[in-house]
Amino acid sequence: MRSSGYYKIKKVTINLVIHLFLIAVAVTCIFPILWMVSSSLKTQATVFRDSSLIPQVLHFENYLRAWNEGGFAVYFFNSIIYTVSVVFGIIIVSSLAAYAFSRLQFPGKNIIFYVFMAAMMIPIPGSFVVLYVLLNKLHLLNSRLGYILCLINVGLSMSIFLLKNFFDKLPRELEDAARIDGCSKLGIWWHVALPFAKPALAVVVVFNALNVWNEYMLALIIFDSKNLMPLQRALMMFRGEFLTNYPLLMAGLTITAFPIIIVYLLMQKYIVKGITSEVVSG
Amino acid sequence: MQQKLKSTLENYAFVLPAVTIFFIFYVIPFIWVFQLGLYDWDGILPTKIFVGMDNFKEIIFQDKIWWQSMLNAGYMTAIALTFQNILAFLLALACDREIRMKNFYRLIFFIPPVLSEVVVGLVWQWILDGNYGLLNSWLAHFGMQNLVHNWLSDPQTALTAVAAVHSWKGFGWGFLLFLAGLQIIPRELYEAARVDGANAWVSFKKITLPMMVPVIIMVAILTILGTMQVFVLINTMTDGGPAYHTEVPVTRIFASMRGSSRFGYACAQGIIFGIILMALSFTQYRLSKKARN
Amino acid sequence: MKVFLRSTVIGLLGCLACGLSGCTPQNSGKGQAKITVWHWMTDRDAVFQKLAKDYEQKTGIKVNFELYAPSDVYSQKVRAAAQGNNLPDIFGILGEKRDFSSFIKAGHILDLTPYMEESKGAWKNKFFDKALAINEFAVGNSYGIKSGIYGVPIDMMTIQMLYNKDLFKELGLNPNKPPQTFSEFLEIGKKIKEKNLQGLVSGWGEVWMIDCFANNYAFNIMGKDKVMATIQGKVSYTDPDWIKVLTLFKEMQESGVLATGLVTMINKKAEQLFANGKAVFAFNGSWCVNVYKGMDPNLNYGAMLPPRANDKLPMSIWGGAGSSFLVNANSRNKEEAVKFLQWFTDKDQQAYLSQMINNLPANKESIKQLPGLLAQFSKDTEYATHPNLWEVSEFPAVIEAWDKGIQSIIIAEKTPEQVAEDVQKVKERELARKRK
Repeated sequence: MRSSGYYKIKKVTINLVIHLFLIAVAVTCIFPILWMVSSSLKTQATVFRDSSLIPQVLHFENYLRAWNEGGFAVYFFNSIIYTVSVVFGIIIVSSLAAYAFSRLQFPGKNIIFYVFMAAMMIPIPGSFVVLYVLLNKLHLLNSRLGYILCLINVGLSMSIFLLKNFFDKLPRELEDAARIDGCSKLGIWWHVALPFAKPALAVVVVFNALNVWNEYMLALIIFDSKNLMPLQRALMMFRGEFLTNYPLLMAGLTITAFPIIIVYLLMQKYIVKGITSEVVSG
Repeated sequence: MQQKLKSTLENYAFVLPAVTIFFIFYVIPFIWVFQLGLYDWDGILPTKIFVGMDNFKEIIFQDKIWWQSMLNAGYMTAIALTFQNILAFLLALACDREIRMKNFYRLIFFIPPVLSEVVVGLVWQWILDGNYGLLNSWLAHFGMQNLVHNWLSDPQTALTAVAAVHSWKGFGWGFLLFLAGLQIIPRELYEAARVDGANAWVSFKKITLPMMVPVIIMVAILTILGTMQVFVLINTMTDGGPAYHTEVPVTRIFASMRGSSRFGYACAQGIIFGIILMALSFTQYRLSKKARN
Repeated sequence: MKVFLRSTVIGLLGCLACGLSGCTPQNSGKGQAKITVWHWMTDRDAVFQKLAKDYEQKTGIKVNFELYAPSDVYSQKVRAAAQGNNLPDIFGILGEKRDFSSFIKAGHILDLTPYMEESKGAWKNKFFDKALAINEFAVGNSYGIKSGIYGVPIDMMTIQMLYNKDLFKELGLNPNKPPQTFSEFLEIGKKIKEKNLQGLVSGWGEVWMIDCFANNYAFNIMGKDKVMATIQGKVSYTDPDWIKVLTLFKEMQESGVLATGLVTMINKKAEQLFANGKAVFAFNGSWCVNVYKGMDPNLNYGAMLPPRANDKLPMSIWGGAGSSFLVNANSRNKEEAVKFLQWFTDKDQQAYLSQMINNLPANKESIKQLPGLLAQFSKDTEYATHPNLWEVSEFPAVIEAWDKGIQSIIIAEKTPEQVAEDVQKVKERELARKRK
């Protein structure tokens, strides 16, 4: 029979080890970001020689320079438009479809659903040229609408999958109650299903917002006009053909990364709830 | 009967927007790409030469580099499935009991997935740089000079280095999913086991693992799909070098498109890639169904 | 909840409105003419914009330079636009002559020969022969293109070796006497190893630079004719002369004259290392003058030809047009576009471009205003050649196998003989495919 002191020490040591482990991993997560920010505050001459985390002179003007030289204002505005439009678009389109797959009957329902699922597993890498020709035929080239539609398509399968799983758990009683109250199918979707699925919607929002915000290849190929370009385009201003201005590049990267980190921080609680619910449904 | 028809049409209307967009932006390009795989075309000339299955045959039987790239992607996926996911699992276990700082860690661990691949690639490329990199200067500083490597240029370490960065970026997703799964397990089960005299290892084996199987499988499928398709990260960090050591299927497809101007060939590669991925996912899914029963 | 829904709907409608408003493509042809130029040269965008403004003041025609980078995305975009018949008035093609010929065959490129030959070749004669040659298709060329000039060079460049004079002093070498022969070069390598310095840096992770270096020595060792014969399939890559070329890389690696990590080095990285005084030699193009100046204006360095491996044949370097612009044959403003290019490549504009970006002008008349090192570079253009100047071009798959094979020699994964065999196998496979 061991003394209670033994158990206490054992517990404390275990806790300590666990904490060290967690902290070590957390440090490797934050460190690259800190490094990015710290490099952005140095100058082109010192950025390679000075390996300190906090430089002696903090060149905050790099951010102003990056913003102006990179023409960030327009691109930032565009990125926000695209992200918001695509997220709203996907929420409407995929939740309508997911609700139908989950709750409504129509011939061919299963086949269509499986096709959507198969699409998740069969990517078409490098389909840019094909998409370009397609958009051209539809006269949607060099337009915001064309880009938005393409990006809605990218997130469609995954979002439908997530939402359908969630709607499957919608309690019948709620639906029946709404139907008795005279709600149409659309009404049930709007008033009952969507509010219930808030956690899953949060996951859909973050997932798609990430994809749109970080997208750059399709934008560069589809858009001909600088005014329609998203944020990622600004970054190439600093990765020159011959000369890369590293501090400005890092400042640009920070400006690009920050908004999405903030969105994540705000939505964090809902995301966890959403993921938890997904896991429960399995 | 009229009612039923009207009702069915209404139901179709629900899926109409999704199906329309999907058809236009996925199905049509897919068929197109499939068709183009049957031609020898450089992407520019107005004329294409029909070669039937030649592109496909060449890829399967003669393109050694293609299969090398598949192996590389497979290697990265193996590392992700083990290293990345085991780390995520351990972290989730650690956070499951630790109530105080849990929210803080949850926050921090999800930051890497939130960053764009370009950002991650650039910052890590710098840290791992053979001459200026932080990692090497620290190793030297702490007296581990002999561990200094040219991480991204040494053929021995390049692929592993990239796989490590990819895992760094990805473990946050696995962590969140595992944590959620662990939190669902009712505490009473653990209590009952303790009363019965079971130690930590036994309750882990008998309670935790079995209840986590569905989550583990979901994470595995997502990991495979995500890692096999890696592209931007490789492009930014090593561009497939040194000497093909970090080439992956998607970089090969792009190389066929712009480098050798063999557009049809690139399309065929894309189709073969898609088929392999589907087969992998399908097998995983089947295995998961078996495990669940 | 209601508020949330309402704002959702408003937000969505608002975004659609914005989206649709950006939807209609601009109608050109109304009012004053406008020329659109697509380019990939990030560092020159500011200079281009200034020149565009000057032209607008002079002629009232607006020139719109649009930048798309990095260059591989640019090249995808141009190819996609070609498919959609959406090319701008002026653009460039980043690729081999074969791609260039495909674009011409597809009808996208305006034949500039009539404009070049006008007034007894007034425009044509302003350029260096070598700069123009890259845009020219000779009579009876193997691509099946009608002979003529299809593009306009806007600058020249050569790729040579640089050496750090200060590090030379440290090694006990005469800073004004760079190595002339390959064995001298290898000897210096031993000294570099002893002093634990970095030797040659270059962007050999970007395979074309390896190609360039190897090709220079191929010309030096066996002469241009034999190289051409090999490309045509008449000589095998397993020929002893080719193995000699491959062995040079093995010798360089063993002597210690190559920097570590050379095989995955991108050129930008090589430039950083050389500019920061960390490397003794660099193999880079004439654009590096601008880059080094930007990173360290006090760098003490000189230019040299790659040290020759064979005394009987001349050393060659790659050089010729740096970048070229082409005119879209289907453009509505092609006359205006040509006129703009004529102004753009005139001696004053070329001199300005050269001064601002420290590169070699394509216009002969602007040479007088070049600073020292650039003058040295431009003097050496005599020795210059370039794959786009040759009558035949090698299969891309063979080039890739060759370059990556050299990478494996440097990392000691394969021997020169093995690589020669591998490359020859790929060559035979490509030849067989072509015959079908």
